[in-house]
Amino acid sequence: MLHQASSFESQKRLEAVRPRLIAFARLHLRNATLAEDVVQEALLTAHEKANDFEGRSGYETWVFGILKYKILDGLRAQKRQGTWQPMNDDISDDLLDRLFQENGRWQPNARPSRWGEPDAVFENEHFWQVFDACMTALPDTIARVFSLRELMGLSTQEICKETGLKENNCWVILHRARLRLRTCIEHGWLQEEST
Amino acid sequence: MIMCQRATELMSQRLDRPLSWLERVSLRLHLSMCGACSQCNRQFDLLHQVGERHPAVNTHKKPSMK
Repeated sequence: MLHQASSFESQKRLEAVRPRLIAFARLHLRNATLAEDVVQEALLTAHEKANDFEGRSGYETWVFGILKYKILDGLRAQKRQGTWQPMNDDISDDLLDRLFQENGRWQPNARPSRWGEPDAVFENEHFWQVFDACMTALPDTIARVFSLRELMGLSTQEICKETGLKENNCWVILHRARLRLRTCIEHGWLQEEST
Repeated sequence: MIMCQRATELMSQRLDRPLSWLERVSLRLHLSMCGACSQCNRQFDLLHQVGERHPAVNTHKKPSMK
């Protein structure tokens, strides 16, 4: 009886986190079906291992930890099956020419402006809509490397192991990801906020 | 003297690896003179925090300090 009650509680808690798990997985895997699958597996694991959790703080942090493992498993599977290959093509574009003049200074129309205090930015719902849209707009390899680094919290060394990229390449890709995101966010967010 | 494009490389790599002494000094010097790069540097820092602050992950808002 007691066991049943706690199992029901655990299921209820998991259902409540589900939408956010899916949002997170989508951001990383860039595929709605795959995201659903991975979240389903994570929820199942969390449910089975609910007893392991007892005593620790931050139930949702624990569930997100499980999800991160599952996302990495998904990435490894995609790599094994050859459905995902890091593409160097994604970084041979004219991004740097659009942002910088030949002498290395910012193009006048690309100079970054002020975004305001980080806490205020993070509390702004519209900022996050624009952020998610800008993530989706990133070329595949750039988005994945950025997400492994900044959303999953892997080091660039770990990213090399997962993706087979050279660390030097990772740094180049992350530089581009950050430049692209900041440009996209500034266009989509600040300009709309001020009109 | 480094220019803006190189400065953005260093401010990005600063988040992924320790910079050398020379790199740190060049970046600091450039930032002290370039308003646009200082803004960019703040924005890279902010993007570096999205993992913790994204609404999908961040369930417990910090209590307001005010």
